[in-house]
Amino acid sequence: MTPVNTLIAKELRSYFVSPVVYVVGAVFLLIVGLLAYIYIVFTGAQAIQLMQVQGQAQINLNDLVFRNLFSSIRFVLLLVLPILTMRLFAEEKKLRTFEFLMTSPIGLNEIVAGKFVSVFVLFLGLLGLTGLIPLTLALFSDFDWYPIFTGYLGLVLLGALFLSVGVLASALTENQIVAAFVSFGLLLFLWLLAGIGTLLGDTAVGQVVSYLSFMEHYDHLVRGLIDTRDLVYFASALILMLFLTHRVVDSTRWK
Amino acid sequence: MIDVQQITKRYGQHTAIDRVTFSVAKGEVLAFLGPNGAGKTTTMRILTCFMPPTEGRATVAGFDCLDQPLEVKRRIGYLPETPPVYQELTVDEYLRFVGRLRGLAGAMLTTAMSREIERLGLGSVQHRLIGNLSRGYRQRVGLAQALIHDPPVLILDEPTVGLDPKQIIEIRELIKSLAGSHSVILSTHILPEATAVCQRVVIISSGRIVAEDTPDRLSTRLRHSEKIALTLTRAPADVEAQLRQVDGVLQVHANGPAGHFLLETQLGKDVRENIARLTVTSNWGLVELKLISMTLEDVFLKLTRHEEGLPQNTGPATAPAGDVNRKGMDVPS
Repeated sequence: MTPVNTLIAKELRSYFVSPVVYVVGAVFLLIVGLLAYIYIVFTGAQAIQLMQVQGQAQINLNDLVFRNLFSSIRFVLLLVLPILTMRLFAEEKKLRTFEFLMTSPIGLNEIVAGKFVSVFVLFLGLLGLTGLIPLTLALFSDFDWYPIFTGYLGLVLLGALFLSVGVLASALTENQIVAAFVSFGLLLFLWLLAGIGTLLGDTAVGQVVSYLSFMEHYDHLVRGLIDTRDLVYFASALILMLFLTHRVVDSTRWK
Repeated sequence: MIDVQQITKRYGQHTAIDRVTFSVAKGEVLAFLGPNGAGKTTTMRILTCFMPPTEGRATVAGFDCLDQPLEVKRRIGYLPETPPVYQELTVDEYLRFVGRLRGLAGAMLTTAMSREIERLGLGSVQHRLIGNLSRGYRQRVGLAQALIHDPPVLILDEPTVGLDPKQIIEIRELIKSLAGSHSVILSTHILPEATAVCQRVVIISSGRIVAEDTPDRLSTRLRHSEKIALTLTRAPADVEAQLRQVDGVLQVHANGPAGHFLLETQLGKDVRENIARLTVTSNWGLVELKLISMTLEDVFLKLTRHEEGLPQNTGPATAPAGDVNRKGMDVPS
């Protein structure tokens, strides 16, 4: 095993021996399941109403269930992912294993990448479990799979962005609570940039500010649009966050 | 093996270490001795490439700590002050992780693991979570971690802290057994430890090296006379004058209660036999006669207490021996 793989395996192992992953995973899946249930029941009620009024109903599950669901998961991720990332560097510093890691024959790039990949793999696992929702619905109804795939692509990219912000926050402090709150703060700020962009209207500044928020990029994917600009946004945001993490971790050595 | 040239580390205004220079040969065990906050840990962190020096150069096994940190890190086993253990892993899992991180795999990894588990007596706890182990065991796991890839250079920051006396002896034996094949730097503020395991001692105080030599030579160099404590039950009034007549005796002081004397004698001249003969034939009631040699403790206290008076960077040879006498006055009891 290369050092990076060793680190990833160890991080995953550490996640699964702590209760955090189980609690966070359970809450995440429960809330997503509950949201899906609410949207499905709502849609069902609407269908019955339409049947009574018009005698027939064309219900679009993609619009009524999945788009709402994808929009809501965004918020659940914002609450859940910082809890998963908060320990990555903060705990090492607190327990004095940071010095050990930094004096091991493994590059800083590899450390940052290893930390990120381990939590990303964990997130993919959790997200994979939510795949049961469309699979179950597919047994009873017809819908278009394409926007589901792009929606999941959106979730994967959005999750990667949230996680990278969380990794950065964790590198800034040795206190896990502080790390979690810093990532909440940063993510909410990125979220609100969309609102500020709308307030500024269709000016150049407004467009730039809106572009900086993940909202419209994610919305495009949820609506089934794969646009290179959105992919570039997520990729560059991810690289920027991991680069900043690298700089922050490196700078702690110089103090 | 380790070569440190004029390294300085400043944290803002504060200078943690100031133009420190020393080197360690292959197979040598060097003790880094100094009070808390003297700069021992900072020096070690620079050598392990954890932090760069503000000025100066450090090389380990021919590789520069700034330019080729990975090569240096591969050749170093480092035990920081707090054993760097992951509490959620078992001893086995932890050592396997560390071994793989340092490039061991397969049969080599298994051999290395069982060697360290055996060597540090971890057999009974190898399947337990490190978080549930006592301080002593964690320290030993920390040592196993530093040794697992059999590095040519070992840097141990207070390796015996938190161990019980029996374990301390075991660890010292272990370190001694590593000498010859490994270069070891260990920091400590426990002097007998330095005397017990090290061939050379570097005394550091307030970030500067104040002395560097073998433990024996350090204590010899810093005294210009030897002292003898003498206790007599029937000392006559002119005893001091009579004792001064003995060849080699420089000074006689009354020392504490009546009948107790402290004799200063010429270095390298053992006057005990003559003193004994004189006191016995004169029937003064000799009850005690002992040589007081300056221990490393005295050297250490002297150097670290008076380091302001020492010239900088001129090395150990200039350490003045002037006030050894003053210290000696309160030694015997």
